[in-house]
Amino acid sequence: MTVHNLYLFDRNGVCLHYSEWHRKKQAGIPKEEEYKLMYGMLFSIRSFVSKMSPLDMKDGFLAFQTSRYKLHYYETPTGIKVVMNTDLGVGPIRDVLHHIYSALYVELVVKNPLCPLGQTVQSELFRSRLDSYVRSLPFFSARAG
Amino acid sequence: MAIFSVYVVNKAGGLIYQLDSYAPRAEAEKTFSYPLDLLLKLHDERVLVAFGQRDGIRVGHAVLAINGVDVNGKYTADGKEVLEYLGNPANYPVSIRFGRPRLTSNEKLMLASMFHSLFAIGSQLSPEQGSSGIEMLETDTFKLHCFQTLTGIKFVVLADPRQAGIDSLLRKIYEIYSDFALKNPFYSLEMPIRTFPHGGQPSPCARPLRNQRAAKTGTVELQEKTMLTRPTRSNPEEKSQRALIWSDSTPLTNLLMA
Repeated sequence: MTVHNLYLFDRNGVCLHYSEWHRKKQAGIPKEEEYKLMYGMLFSIRSFVSKMSPLDMKDGFLAFQTSRYKLHYYETPTGIKVVMNTDLGVGPIRDVLHHIYSALYVELVVKNPLCPLGQTVQSELFRSRLDSYVRSLPFFSARAG
Repeated sequence: MAIFSVYVVNKAGGLIYQLDSYAPRAEAEKTFSYPLDLLLKLHDERVLVAFGQRDGIRVGHAVLAINGVDVNGKYTADGKEVLEYLGNPANYPVSIRFGRPRLTSNEKLMLASMFHSLFAIGSQLSPEQGSSGIEMLETDTFKLHCFQTLTGIKFVVLADPRQAGIDSLLRKIYEIYSDFALKNPFYSLEMPIRTFPHGGQPSPCARPLRNQRAAKTGTVELQEKTMLTRPTRSNPEEKSQRALIWSDSTPLTNLLMA
């Protein structure tokens, strides 16, 4: 089991943070383009899913998987989106994504007066805490990353 | 536990077959007096609740019927605009039925091609080499399972999140598609798989179709029907039953789960 990468978007589609651990393939486009493509895909999936759903939804879209990876999605009521790509063996990780939002993003970025909101997070503390939190996850592989 | 819908999408992203198999969703009917305490707005030719949730009426629900008469998009049955009608105090008290808006066939076409692109983007954004597109998409109310064949046709099944055995169902649908759409000489590739006109009323079994064949004249469409329903020498009953899967008359799921 392994974690490939993590995206953090705000409600306007700005990529607040990106980090990767075991990523073997790049998308082949500039990073900025990749963020836009990812956000656009999630935006469309959200609207797709809300139209397709036979019942009223509560949490909405949670995850999708392909033959090689699984994308986990968590969105807060304020529109912050936490997206983590892992391998297929990882089960539901809503609590992990919620922890990244509530214990890391809110505590270290939102409550930090030196971090302007709606821009890429520059805080070194946030980056390192996030990195050590993800590395400490039970499904983060021990392989060198 | 249930299968909600089946979609078949051709390699260009066009919807060529669709089947819904769920009962009408929870709907709420209520009688209102003049100032309507819900905010309604027009969206996609439908009148939707924009604000104010109460008694099972939720934001995003559409106006389905007024005083027991179904509305027609944004118009009432007698051609007046719903919003205008509900804005007139003289029409109150009024009983309005709300519910999740049903997908129109246009929307289904649009959603199918939307999924086609999402599938491709999903594989482009993969952090791993050699990834396929979206195979399973999970939400809190349903799971979408997709199987893409080597020739690029996508079979999409919407099922309950706890429903197991969808992979074999998808393979089975592929098999039925190969047997009854591809092997039908009147079927042209990539084109919609035609269903039999029952006037929206599902007919229970194959027999009426065979009688039709005997009775009616030979238009191309009828020839197509006869090709599809003609029993083969080996196991005639089973074959003609299976042909009906593409005819909307037997729920696909009942048949496959049996």
